[in-house]
Amino acid sequence: MTPFKYTRASDAADAVRKGAATGVKFLGGGTNLVDLMRETIERPGELVDVSGLSTEIVETDEGGLRIGAGVRNTALAEHRRVRTAYPMLTRAMVSGASAQIRNMATVGGNLLQRTRCSYFYDEDGSRCNKRVPGEGCDAIEGFHRGHAILGASDACIAVHPSDMCVALAALDAVVHIEGAKGARTVPLVDFHCLPGDRPDIETVLEPGDLITAVELPPMPFAAASTYRKVRDRASYAFALVSVAAAIEIEDGQVRDVRIALGGVAHKPWRATRAEAALRGAPAGETAFAGAAATELAGARPLADNAFKVRLAERTIVSVLCELAGVTA
Amino acid sequence: MSIFDDAKQAAQGLVQAGMAKAVALAPDSWVPGGKPDPLIRQRHGAIGKPVSRLDGALKVSGKATFAAEFPVEAMTYAAMVYSTIAKGRITQITVSEAETAPGVVVVMTHRNAPRLNPPPAFLSESKAAAGDSLPVMQDERIYWNGQPVAVVLAETQEQADHAASLIRVGYEAEEAQTTFEAAREQGTQQSRFMGQPLHDEVGDAQDAFAKAPHKIDATYTTPRHNHNPIELHGVTLYWRGDGSLRVHDAQQVVAHTAYTLARTFGIDEKQVVVTSPYVGGGFGSKTLWQHQILAAAAARLAKRPVRMVLSREGVYRVVGGRSPTEQRVQLAATDEGRLTAILHRGLTVRTAHNVIAEPFILATRSLYGAETFLLDVHHVDFDMLGNTFMRAPGEAVGTFALESAMDELAHELGIDPIELRIRNEPEKDPISGLPYSSRNVVEAWRSGAERFGWERRNPVPGTVRDGGWLVGMGCATATYPYHRMPGGAARITLSADGRATLDLAAHEMGMGTSTAQTQVAADRLGLPMEAITFNYGDSTLPGLIMAGGSQQTASIGASVIAAYNKLVGELLKLAGNDSPLAGLKTEEVGSRDGGLCALDEPDRFETYASILARAQRDTISVEAEPPMPLETMHWSMHSYGAMFAEVRVNAVTGEPRVSRFLGSFDCGRILNSKTAASQFRGGIIMGLGLALMEETQFDERKGRVLNPSLSEYHVPVHMDVPEIEVMWTDIPDPHAPMGARGIGEIGITGTGAAIANAVYNATGRRVRDLPITLDKLL
Ligand SMILES: Cc1cc2nc3c(=O)[nH]c(=O)nc-3n(C[C@H](O)[C@H](O)[C@H](O)COP(=O)(O)OP(=O)(O)OC[C@H]3O[C@@H](n4cnc5c(N)ncnc54)[C@H](O)[C@@H]3O)c2cc1C
Ligand code: SF4
Repeated sequence: MTPFKYTRASDAADAVRKGAATGVKFLGGGTNLVDLMRETIERPGELVDVSGLSTEIVETDEGGLRIGAGVRNTALAEHRRVRTAYPMLTRAMVSGASAQIRNMATVGGNLLQRTRCSYFYDEDGSRCNKRVPGEGCDAIEGFHRGHAILGASDACIAVHPSDMCVALAALDAVVHIEGAKGARTVPLVDFHCLPGDRPDIETVLEPGDLITAVELPPMPFAAASTYRKVRDRASYAFALVSVAAAIEIEDGQVRDVRIALGGVAHKPWRATRAEAALRGAPAGETAFAGAAATELAGARPLADNAFKVRLAERTIVSVLCELAGVTA
Repeated sequence: MSIFDDAKQAAQGLVQAGMAKAVALAPDSWVPGGKPDPLIRQRHGAIGKPVSRLDGALKVSGKATFAAEFPVEAMTYAAMVYSTIAKGRITQITVSEAETAPGVVVVMTHRNAPRLNPPPAFLSESKAAAGDSLPVMQDERIYWNGQPVAVVLAETQEQADHAASLIRVGYEAEEAQTTFEAAREQGTQQSRFMGQPLHDEVGDAQDAFAKAPHKIDATYTTPRHNHNPIELHGVTLYWRGDGSLRVHDAQQVVAHTAYTLARTFGIDEKQVVVTSPYVGGGFGSKTLWQHQILAAAAARLAKRPVRMVLSREGVYRVVGGRSPTEQRVQLAATDEGRLTAILHRGLTVRTAHNVIAEPFILATRSLYGAETFLLDVHHVDFDMLGNTFMRAPGEAVGTFALESAMDELAHELGIDPIELRIRNEPEKDPISGLPYSSRNVVEAWRSGAERFGWERRNPVPGTVRDGGWLVGMGCATATYPYHRMPGGAARITLSADGRATLDLAAHEMGMGTSTAQTQVAADRLGLPMEAITFNYGDSTLPGLIMAGGSQQTASIGASVIAAYNKLVGELLKLAGNDSPLAGLKTEEVGSRDGGLCALDEPDRFETYASILARAQRDTISVEAEPPMPLETMHWSMHSYGAMFAEVRVNAVTGEPRVSRFLGSFDCGRILNSKTAASQFRGGIIMGLGLALMEETQFDERKGRVLNPSLSEYHVPVHMDVPEIEVMWTDIPDPHAPMGARGIGEIGITGTGAAIANAVYNATGRRVRDLPITLDKLL
């Protein structure tokens, strides 16, 4: 770890001011950033602690929720309104990491957690375009069983590891940002980037931008939503594939639907193609399978992660069947 | 270049083979264990009781001091830099920035490291402890990806870590042997185990296989595994003014390590003192690796004490693990399911600088009474960190192959897999021809099957469903040999106030040795447990007692028996003619109630206090060594288990989860039912990891481990571990000290196959490549 200075921001404006200098990083719970600093993959000269700034969850006038960026993952998962109105979010949160890590981790930090690609972590011994743009990617011909099948590039095949973000993507969440030029909002689905030829650029944030909150619009049919995470052990493992979904059915027809996938791409993957195929379709296994196949038609798997294509399709179908109350 | 001399091993092997014949034919009474340990008959003492670990309270209250916790004045803290190529040389190493970083005391590289001798590799001689025999930081050569190339000492750990990150190293890489396929093309070599070739032939197995009406021919593969004890490998050490070296280490071989460090630094063995009162798990990994040697070298350079704690990544770079295997098993059987041939052959990986090849045929040597055998292990040498032993080396992965194949055969024959095993129960060891010392595996099978509800299993695969899960049951035999290494010794000191102290250079790694051995000593000496002090984990104490191979119980047991017999002899001399014991011989005397008595006439009795008082002595102290462990050349001595798994496989995702497990064991007498149950369960949990998730990602392109962390290297978490039931026959082995065979490793054997067989029963899919991950079941 490289020596650094630690300060606490008194409010959002103070944080934005301090964050404008080079070498400054915001600190949430530190569960990802401090690990990366230990590996010297991140070497900030100063940490500005923003974990105490916005720790409230409040109902919005529209009937949605505004979740402060400093809210701990555990607090979010336990929140009564979240559990009743957006259960997929609670399920996603509690399927992530461990209880200890969730007690520390913040919403803002969770959005910005970085990939778990082994070559990204191996600063001394491996090539990685995300760490050193243009250096090459050792994962493409190496271990990539957990890597992306959708939206990857020749430069990077890493996945975004967050569970929370998959639910947020499905729930049409909006990210509130404050920066040097003032406040703005970005839909979560546009917040993270695909790797392209610059996998080091992971979000639309500008240097010094502070995440202040995540807003969930009202979505009545999300009250029966769910999140299914498929992994190599029963707990404390990242998703190989995960599915967040909500479905509204009227007279046997799909009126509205939200599907997002985790573990398959450089960003939480909103399955817009599948959603489009389903709207107005009869709610049943055939339509679900067709929609899943449509979404995965764009998959470009490699040798060791080809199984994820089938796994994602099967999991989507199974989750939708469960929500629709039909047997697979 | 093989620094270690395979020829010497071969010669030792020949001598041993010759001796083995003579010992096999000797009368029982000439052989250790020929006369059963009198403690076996004693049934009302402390032995067997579920005594809680004596060090439990210290541990949970943080008062047990581990190696990296000993305070020393003027301590420095160490960090290391590891090579990123597998083979070649260092062309440039820039340390100036590190040397001037805050708090740095010294930066050591091959350019300024003290001159050292190559450390003798583990098992290359009786006291050797090193992971390999490579020179440690003596020149610019690189032998493996991860080899330490620089050590930084600083005033704090953080300063050391930071300074280490400032060191820049340039390499010239050479072509390295790091892929299985390329290495195989270069040719394979015969592997050895403890000097003997891993090759057995009985009859013409190829011919029997060709002619058999039923056969299985399958290849099973197991991956590389790394050691992950909870306690990181840590050492605190310093040089004294008189040139001696004091080492607080995490150890399972204190005496071996003291000797090997002395050899490496060219000093007398007595000048190195290694202690290790508490160890947070070893499993074969807490021996001597480069970090302790480098810490001592750096301490000498800086003339300051050093604390070196490997990071978790450091453990993967510096501490060897289990090698991958590729095993072909061929079984041939008659219509009735009698085995006519067992062929078990395959390949593993080693380095040229150590002697340890994963001996995966060991269990196959004595499990079933086939008519013919052909067993063989070959290896290829890699440019990699020296591999080593990991819980049940050989048996853990060997039983996966053999016991999976037995399940395949049972299926092919349409015979219940337990019945198939029982039909092939041998009368004597099928390869050595020796009688079994005690073998009750059939009883373990029967009682285990009843308890587990085996009769409820549907033998047709893929037919049982519970909601979204496919459910299956599987079983496999567990086995692990009784070992006792030469070199044990013990000292017993008895004092007039009725207390006894036992001193042995043995180890407590958390398994309960000190507790169980205190129970045994209490019974042997006829004293309450509170009156016993058991000292261990100190290289200055008597004995060369490895906590490995599940042999420590036997080694301590035999050493204490020897010391006890000597003590009784001495006490009888002191007792003289005025004692009720007068005229009795040592073997006619036992202990009870704080004194000695005639075994046949318990009323002929005198207390230790009275004997010592009459002789005007405050204490009496004796030290003795047990006879050579010839019992294993006279009997075939093994522990057994019948393992039962119930597995659920998700019908949608293929996720495999173990929902129930039962181990029914036959391990001789159980010394402490509580610590034993924990040992069995711990082994089974590790076996569950072996079956479903453990795998080192070794990138063959660079010979580099890519998942050196507990978040990416998966071991079971709580939610993966179901209720595990354990039970045992508790039938004493008449030829083992206390009637007990070791129990530390058997739990991991058979478990992998039991789970794989249950997965087959659940899904109809036979996964022959560990770990069984969901992509193999989709
Ligand atoms: C062993 C392990 C297992 C895990 N398993 C899972 C898992 O299964 N599923 C899962 O989803 N996650 C998992 N995680 C990741 C965990 O969810 C993240 O580490 C956590 O959410 C990060 O939150 P934090 O507050 O600690 O972020 P920090 O580490 O403090 O920060 C992360 C990043 O966010 C930036 N940041 C923080 N707050 C703000 C803000 N308000 N505005 C702008 N930037 C900000 C920081 O500068 C930094 O770049 C795991 C982590 C570990 C260590
Ligand atoms: S996949 Fe992406 S993160 Fe991983 S090594 Fe390649 S470039 Fe780096």
